[in-house]
Amino acid sequence: MSKFVSFALGNSLSAIRMLAAAGALSLLATAQPAMAHDYKIAELKIDHPWSRETPQGAKVAAGYLKITNNGSEADRLVSVTGEISKRGEIHEMLVDDKGVMTMRPLADGLEIPAGGVVELKPSSYHVMFMDLTDSKKKGERFAGTLTFEKAGTVDVEFAVDAIGGASEHDHDHDHGDDHSGHDNHGG
Amino acid sequence: MIMIMATTTAGTTTMADDGRLRRLRRSIQLLGALAVVLVGATGWLILRPGGPLVDAQQGATVQIGAPFELVSHTGETFSDRDLAGKPYTVFFGFTHCPEVCPTTLWEMSSALDQLGDEAANMQVLFVTVDPERDTPQVLASYLQSFDDRIIGLTGTLEDVSAMASSYRAYWRKVPTDDGDYTMDHTASVYLMDANGDFFGTVAYEEPADARMGKLRRLIATGS
Ligand SMILES: [Cu+2]
Repeated sequence: MSKFVSFALGNSLSAIRMLAAAGALSLLATAQPAMAHDYKIAELKIDHPWSRETPQGAKVAAGYLKITNNGSEADRLVSVTGEISKRGEIHEMLVDDKGVMTMRPLADGLEIPAGGVVELKPSSYHVMFMDLTDSKKKGERFAGTLTFEKAGTVDVEFAVDAIGGASEHDHDHDHGDDHSGHDNHGG
Repeated sequence: MIMIMATTTAGTTTMADDGRLRRLRRSIQLLGALAVVLVGATGWLILRPGGPLVDAQQGATVQIGAPFELVSHTGETFSDRDLAGKPYTVFFGFTHCPEVCPTTLWEMSSALDQLGDEAANMQVLFVTVDPERDTPQVLASYLQSFDDRIIGLTGTLEDVSAMASSYRAYWRKVPTDDGDYTMDHTASVYLMDANGDFFGTVAYEEPADARMGKLRRLIATGS
């Protein structure tokens, strides 16, 4: 799979367009859009950023990924962008024991402890893409960036699953290896 | 509408911390929490934005659901009278919702698909708790991504609040730093039988087979 050259301060619109073009190329190159994919920056490993198709006209989308910190120092995910939206935030969502869903932005980002693993996944932390300007279909990908306090910015691609993708599965499984299983409960 | 007398408490059950059991426990906790709300055993106040706080007394009976009149996603008036004699499900949500709402609508779409002809004997409702943004047009667009038998409901803030209150649903508008807002809300699906009486709930992330079992039993109340 092709990896992008890292944009030092790459948040400009043109950079995002270039990422989009590069994303389209890499999609062609892999021919297996749902394949697990991962990224590295400094001591951090990022596993399988993914998102879901959004209902027609939706203004928000969630993004998920797993971050492993192999270093001896904690780091912090402080910002996220995606080419499908004007803004990205890092949120914590939960459904409490009374069945009430709450969702809050994490103003200070999300700490990745030294030697630790943090997973953004359904019913937990997620990237919140807000003010969507585009919507992708299942099997497509979109470009984005993850910025860490110490490690800096890494370019990634979010693989798009179905609207209810992965929702009825054990959320702890390796998402990337079991993508085909998500096709079974379409509406 | 019937008056519900809740006598069960299941909230203290503990189980091994295994994925399936965790989900089961979560739904048991929800039932327990619902029972507590119904019984008011701990003297809880039922939180109802836009309405008076109700202190449910020990042994008090609480009604779930009440007559309503809202506007459907096609722009027509839709009321409880349109459901007469038909079991139905109610989910409160909003379209600026990244996960719980689309997932639940997806799962209800999948359920309707699996029910086949039986699905005609049940009505699935999606009631927005964010009527300021969720106009009939917005709901109509959103629902195009789901089973076309699902009816979206909106209306004035007052009418929507009255309906959510009558179901003892929790919802709250939460302003965010950027001047935007999000909605906290009850994430369970209410099941209402053919008489318009409360039949149960389906919790978020409840396993598909449990959900299907409940829906089939719900539909049976109409035959
Ligand atoms: Cu969010």
